Amino acid sequence: MPGKSAPLGTPTKVTQGAKTKGGIGESTLRPDGTLKVTGEFAYSSDMWHEDMLWGQILRSTTAHAEIVSIDTAEALALPGVYAVMTYDDLPTDVKNYGLEIQDTPVLAHGRVRHHGEPVAIVAADHPETARRAAAKIRVEYRDLPVITDEASATAPDAILIHDNRTDHHIGHVDHPNIVHRQPIVRGDVEAARARADFIVTGEYTFGMQDQAFLGPESGLAVPAEDGGVDLYIATQWLHSDLRQIAPVLGLPEDKVRMTLSGVGGAFGGREDLSMQIHACLLALRTGKPVKIVYNRFESFFGHVHRHPAKLTYEHGATKDGKLTHLKARIVLDGGAYASASPAVVGNAASLGAGPYVVDDVDIDCIALYTNNPPCGAMRGFGAVQACFAYEAQMDKLADAVGMDRVEFRRLNAMEQGTLLPTGQAVDSPAPVAELLRRVKAMPLPPEQQWLTAGEAADVRQLPGGLSNTTHGEGVVRGIGYAVGIKNVGFSEGFDDYSTARVRMEVVGGEPVATVHTAMAEVGQGGVTVHAQIARTELGVAQVTIHPADTQVGSAGSTSASRQTYVTGGAVKNSCELVREKVLEVGRRKFGSYHPAWATAELLLEGGKVVTDAGEVLADLVDVLGDESVEVEAEWRHRPTEPFDLRTGQGFGHVQYSFAAHRAVVEVDTELGLVKVIELACAQDVGKALNPLSVVGQIQGGTTQGLGIAVMEEIIVDPKTAKVRNPSFTDYLIPTILDTPTIPVDVLELADAHAPYGLRGIGEAPTLSSTPAVLAAIRNATGLELTKTPVRPEHLTGTA
Amino acid sequence: MRVNFTVNGRPQEADDVWEGESLLYVLRERLGLPGSKNACEQGECGSCTVRLDGVPVCSCLVAAGQAEGREVVTVEGLAEYAKQRTEHGGCATDACGTSLDAAKRWQPKGSTDSQTGEGVELAPIQQAFIDAGAVQCGFCTPGLLVAADEMLEQNPNPTDADIREALSGNLCRCTGYEKIMDAVRLAAARQGEAV
Amino acid sequence: MDFLRPASWEEALAAKAEHPTAVPIAGGTDVMVEINFDHRRPEYLLDLTRIGDLYEWETGGDSVRLGASVPYTRIMENLRGELPGLALASHTVASPQIRNRGGVGGNLGTASPAGDAHPALLAAGAEVEAESVRGTRLIPIDTFYTGVKRNALAPDELIRAVHIKKADGPQQYSKVGTRNAMVIAVCAFGLALHPQTRTVRTGIGSAAPTPVRAKAAEEFLNAALDEGGFWDNGKIITPSVAKQFADLCAAACNPIDDVRGTASYRRHAVGVMARRTLTWTWESYRGTAAHSEGVA
Repeated sequence: MPGKSAPLGTPTKVTQGAKTKGGIGESTLRPDGTLKVTGEFAYSSDMWHEDMLWGQILRSTTAHAEIVSIDTAEALALPGVYAVMTYDDLPTDVKNYGLEIQDTPVLAHGRVRHHGEPVAIVAADHPETARRAAAKIRVEYRDLPVITDEASATAPDAILIHDNRTDHHIGHVDHPNIVHRQPIVRGDVEAARARADFIVTGEYTFGMQDQAFLGPESGLAVPAEDGGVDLYIATQWLHSDLRQIAPVLGLPEDKVRMTLSGVGGAFGGREDLSMQIHACLLALRTGKPVKIVYNRFESFFGHVHRHPAKLTYEHGATKDGKLTHLKARIVLDGGAYASASPAVVGNAASLGAGPYVVDDVDIDCIALYTNNPPCGAMRGFGAVQACFAYEAQMDKLADAVGMDRVEFRRLNAMEQGTLLPTGQAVDSPAPVAELLRRVKAMPLPPEQQWLTAGEAADVRQLPGGLSNTTHGEGVVRGIGYAVGIKNVGFSEGFDDYSTARVRMEVVGGEPVATVHTAMAEVGQGGVTVHAQIARTELGVAQVTIHPADTQVGSAGSTSASRQTYVTGGAVKNSCELVREKVLEVGRRKFGSYHPAWATAELLLEGGKVVTDAGEVLADLVDVLGDESVEVEAEWRHRPTEPFDLRTGQGFGHVQYSFAAHRAVVEVDTELGLVKVIELACAQDVGKALNPLSVVGQIQGGTTQGLGIAVMEEIIVDPKTAKVRNPSFTDYLIPTILDTPTIPVDVLELADAHAPYGLRGIGEAPTLSSTPAVLAAIRNATGLELTKTPVRPEHLTGTA
Repeated sequence: MRVNFTVNGRPQEADDVWEGESLLYVLRERLGLPGSKNACEQGECGSCTVRLDGVPVCSCLVAAGQAEGREVVTVEGLAEYAKQRTEHGGCATDACGTSLDAAKRWQPKGSTDSQTGEGVELAPIQQAFIDAGAVQCGFCTPGLLVAADEMLEQNPNPTDADIREALSGNLCRCTGYEKIMDAVRLAAARQGEAV
Repeated sequence: MDFLRPASWEEALAAKAEHPTAVPIAGGTDVMVEINFDHRRPEYLLDLTRIGDLYEWETGGDSVRLGASVPYTRIMENLRGELPGLALASHTVASPQIRNRGGVGGNLGTASPAGDAHPALLAAGAEVEAESVRGTRLIPIDTFYTGVKRNALAPDELIRAVHIKKADGPQQYSKVGTRNAMVIAVCAFGLALHPQTRTVRTGIGSAAPTPVRAKAAEEFLNAALDEGGFWDNGKIITPSVAKQFADLCAAACNPIDDVRGTASYRRHAVGVMARRTLTWTWESYRGTAAHSEGVA
């Protein structure tokens, strides 16, 4: 076995030139870039261990059934099989897990509630042996009626998806098949409606989107001599996983040592556990390392999806174009288990009015329990579904009033000081009107290129692309705009902190900073930014980023656009504390040589201690000598509070992120095929810590929004609640030929509450991209189009 | 069964291969070359792209036994492959084998600093991906690099539409492809300057 | 599972005769997916990639004998003149990586109604060269597809080549998918003008249990072109003729609703593609006809 080695976390060293180059604001390059382009970056699926077994999960073939019996004898008898485990083999009384509500069985007990639910697990010496064994497990099901929508879920005699709920939401929901309900009530909608000259209503349907990260769920669990287990895993939040894993294994948390492996994308889909507990159970049972790697089919069942939603909206406006009121009802389908549904409800409700000034609001939002696939976190988290609806409404309302659609939005745009429907004032810049102005001012792409190209029309630039469906016939161009608002960080009173351990010492004659956090680098570039922050704060060229693991305090989740803000804030804070300690050492050693040690504001720059006037006092190498200075500290953003359960009032959010899009599409109106020509974006990022990465995030988020607009949807059979397209053949995500040029205009208006004034950026572009594309298609076709994704049959009257 | 073939210029032998295994599985799990990625196993994502006798293919769709006696280049060997090509004056794919000498020198892991990859010699397309910010999570990167490198070998001055067509079999979920376009344009421009 | 690696065509035929359940594998596009996802565990895999003949083609007087494993990329690059419809179809197959490895033999062997090559073969006119130890036979493409993923091959037969009529007039191919690249057909349409016989042939993919020709549409158009003297006068085909042709093509479909599209959409789209491809080929024919008149 050439080149094989036991898995180890990979420390990442970053070296930049002298004079503290590579600090914040520069487009420094990824520290893991070289490993990633040479194929040597160790993703969780690349882990390998001597004598390792392969784990396999047997999943339910039906969406809702009682389990009558499970017979594992034949599977166990297969040569090469080391263990087969079912619910009965779970080692402790803790048999469920969950992010907020522990309602998800590690292995099904007596009943399965959705298609693809884990029923049994196998460990064997080869993946094929494990598959054959899983296929030999006999499970007898007795089918139950499936609950697939609001009507079937809330019927008086509906089967309860979860009996005897004891969670903290059961007290305020109207039916046990409703996970959580959040009304937002402000002002007097009835009175405001009376003032409206125009009222528009709409019913909108949002499809179930999959994160479709390219690296399927995978990991390696290695049993340890102390009875514990080492888990190498791709996740978004190590400590949240740990909190859910350890009790099921019956181990104290310090005996479940987790190390982040390479993560092949996340987008919310790794917020919940997938194979973590299963791998650990099998490793502890067999005493051997166990690797589990989902294939793409299993991945579609292995993580939660974006909530599909039905949204009913009514807006009013006066004849001079001012919004009067909003009445909305948002129904999210949470599927069989709670996952992040309660928080998604909070987001969809509190941001349901969008980035607009509207004083009289009545929004009601619920998430259902059904037998559909569980839904939870995905980039945009509730705000995406709402944005799709309110932006469609804005176009309809602008048309009703007779105003330009962008000008109508600008007229009603929120700004700093505006009160959200939750009563919370937006207390940082909210340049909604400016973003719309900028995105509209960007030059339009040239007119239909095939018209001027004559006979040599390049089909690759037309709807249908390589499939050669049009040479220009039926093709109509359309333009659409949208803008959205996303909260940054965890809201509603969540203790949203992060931890950073920073050490400074001299290595090889150079001052070096080491940053150790548990932040999950999932591709977003947090590791790049941490090194930049350390350089800026500590004046060193060389920064080592320690592998993320549970040997340091929690960093919170890589989600909610929060990591640069919160873990970046923690790194900055710990660097500042380290700097103070370094200066103390300096004062102790050299204070008597220069009065500035006592009197001046001192900085660390270019490997030296300097005064704010630029005078060099000492080399860091001399200050530190053999000493190392280390600090581990938690850091929090300002606290939030829960929304009132009846009115939704409360200081619920930390920060907001705004993006606006202009979509230019060409639609083959006869065949219903769409080519997005350009998706321009303007976004306020507060402060671009790494401009290259910022633009990359915006373009990536924009493209995921494009996907949900025109192609992406997990299709669930309404009769059986079974997933019909769990593959990359039938769940389509945009290729490079579907993706247009994405010009980006980055605005930097500092948020005084945030480190460096930055804003979380990752999610906002996913919000407005979808409704902008839909608006452009409506513009091209004249159709109302209330459902996303838009499919060819919707554009051709053949649905 | 036993399978013998050449990977990145080095003869390799895999034993006890199950007949249903793919070339991808053998590379990743038996030969210690996990650079080629398994993201869909159905030829829809291109993450497992390798060159088989010079031609880019999805290694998940090549039965291990079909690789018998063939030459495979993976992302791990891309830098050396590009270097050989340059030294031989940009020879065509089929003529562009790895010399025995080079094969002996080649190692599967970065020889300079296996922890950070520093000091590793990169193919121009690899460097361009880093410089242009075309790498985020990086899972699609190996397959894209192999495909893009081959495209530039065939078509040194591609139009944007050419690049998009050539890379249309490689899905990326992070970048929105814009930085990937930048990287390929950058590599093409650098290649042009170098000639 | 056994992996059989015949070094020659004769060895392959012998192996298939001995093990009729052996699954031939060349490009792996279909077979490996079934194996990777545990949909199929054949007793024997019969690797055809060592048989050089299958990767070659010969251009004869009025047809091309295309080896079963000639990759789609080669067809696009080398046979655009002789087989324009198939070359266009080849360009819509999956991704560059797949086109580098997959060939028409695989499409025919799988006989999925969604196979991209079928409509082009039906429109051009083709015969499948099937062989076993018992001998060789040529199966007309019109009788080759016998059901959903079923074909006319006997258990001991392998596809050696396809004999495809060389184009004697313009050919076109269109495929609808819900993505601009790398997509399985929602439906597809091939059309070939045959000026030598003054006939038009069609092929429809993914809109019936098997690939089919729109025979009523062909007959209607053949008659209309003939009556109007269109082949000689090179006039523009009237919109009403094009529309009726399109309607008859749509009527030839017998589609289903599935995750890729509705039956109603498929019928509609086939009609649109029929009208467009007729326009493109006929405009091309008129241009060529005018040109040759000028030269003459």
